[in-house]
Amino acid sequence: MIAELLQGLTGDVAMGMVQALCVIVICLGVVLLCRRFAVHVERETIISLSRGLVQMVAVGVVLAVLLHGNLLIAALILLGMTFAAAATAARRAPEISGALPLSFYAIGAGAGLVIAAMLVTRTVTSDIAVLVPVGSMIIANAMNACAQSMERFRADVRAHIGRIEAALALGAAPAVTVAPFVQSGVYASLLPRLDMLKSLGLVWIPGVMAGMLVSGASPIYAGIFQFIIVAMILAASGVAGLVATLLMRTRAFSEAEQLTLRPSVETATRKPFSIAQLWPFGRSARRDVATRPDARS
Amino acid sequence: MLETSGTDISETTKPSVGASGPLHPALETEHLCRAVAGKVLVDDVSVQIRAGEVLAVVGPSGAGKSSFLRLLNRLDEPTGGTVRLDGRDYRELEPRDLRRRVGMVMQSANLFPGTVGENIAFGPRQHGEELSPDRMEGLLARVGLSGYQRRDVSNLSGGEAQRVSLARTTANAPEVLLLDEPTSALDEDLAWRIEDLVMDIIHERRMTCIIVTHNAAQAHRIADRTMILEHGKLVAIGPTSEVLHDC
Repeated sequence: MIAELLQGLTGDVAMGMVQALCVIVICLGVVLLCRRFAVHVERETIISLSRGLVQMVAVGVVLAVLLHGNLLIAALILLGMTFAAAATAARRAPEISGALPLSFYAIGAGAGLVIAAMLVTRTVTSDIAVLVPVGSMIIANAMNACAQSMERFRADVRAHIGRIEAALALGAAPAVTVAPFVQSGVYASLLPRLDMLKSLGLVWIPGVMAGMLVSGASPIYAGIFQFIIVAMILAASGVAGLVATLLMRTRAFSEAEQLTLRPSVETATRKPFSIAQLWPFGRSARRDVATRPDARS
Repeated sequence: MLETSGTDISETTKPSVGASGPLHPALETEHLCRAVAGKVLVDDVSVQIRAGEVLAVVGPSGAGKSSFLRLLNRLDEPTGGTVRLDGRDYRELEPRDLRRRVGMVMQSANLFPGTVGENIAFGPRQHGEELSPDRMEGLLARVGLSGYQRRDVSNLSGGEAQRVSLARTTANAPEVLLLDEPTSALDEDLAWRIEDLVMDIIHERRMTCIIVTHNAAQAHRIADRTMILEHGKLVAIGPTSEVLHDC
């Protein structure tokens, strides 16, 4: 296996590094162009480019080592990717208490369900060299869907606090008061993927199809397989967005059905990560502001 | 600035001027407290409000008036003390039942998108009750909006929206009505008309009412008793004419 790895570190890799260097120079040219218009993204771009290159080389090394691994190893790699995706999505919603476990459950549900379905229907084989790249695409899209739906739901709730509390004051159930915002949260996660599906083949030919064509597969089969992947991405995004929004909904209210997703309450009750936050239905978060031990005098 | 007039807080136990209901309190707060992020919003407030009584809550901006009101229908959770509704600790009641019994009209109408009729029907529908056309029309007529049932709420004026909000709350037939500065966003003429309307409905239905107001004249006009809050603390309570004698 090591010999195989070393064999790969020859001509192709050297050429790849030169090509990567050329692309980096082009990106830096764009950064300089932006700088002329007072758009300063130098530091972030350099960090992102460096991280991207190092991470992809590392993935290549790992895949080269694990190329002959079994389904269990593939599952562990995908689980690690899901956790990394959850951490990234949670960073995009720092104000939300328990965003990390919430994102993990949402991405895990969306990506896990779809990958399992693909395995069962033999759309993908359990070959690690196929499963990990395809799985990573699905996880990455589920991550974006999760972050978009969480942020949209939170923004909508905070923009309509008066209306939600008016409905609560009339005796409505919490789920009824935020029903329109659950819908908009899920839409927010689905719309970019629906656009992606609509523009498939017309505006862009995605990487999987391009790779299959390069490696000599039938163009028609490559096209159909690419459609399957994008459709599965849509399904994973829908599940991730729905789960993320529903979990957000449970965390938006206390046990006594009070809206806690309000600026003052959020600030007062935000806590560092704890094991208790792993409970998916937000009970620990709700207890923060609901019936405290000192509530009765 | 309102003066406290030196009224003894223990006066809450005395019969109020104009209170016409039975002697037991409809609503009672016991050492009610609320603090958020270390900031005390309501500090150890104990009052009794008798059935059919109108109590005004006055005080300077940031005194905790609205925070106090939000605790009464449990839109916020007390961090100390409790509230009793008809002698029963309100934590023993389902929050939805409690909020149907203790209705609230907020400063902004906060109408839901749709028609006036859909807004009025919203509360009863939450517990499976469909308003009959007669009852709907009766509620609208009571707030001077007869025939408005199919009107889109986006086409209503501020005064009309607040009337719909009042009708929407009364559609639940609450025992206690909480009013959070319901006329503060309206011009004076409109405010008077809404105030008259509110008082007519309260007396007609013998509802207990707690109204937050920054307007001492309004408290004089409508409230049997007035309580003054400052920095979240109850500093005076008693007949309005005594508590606000200089205002």
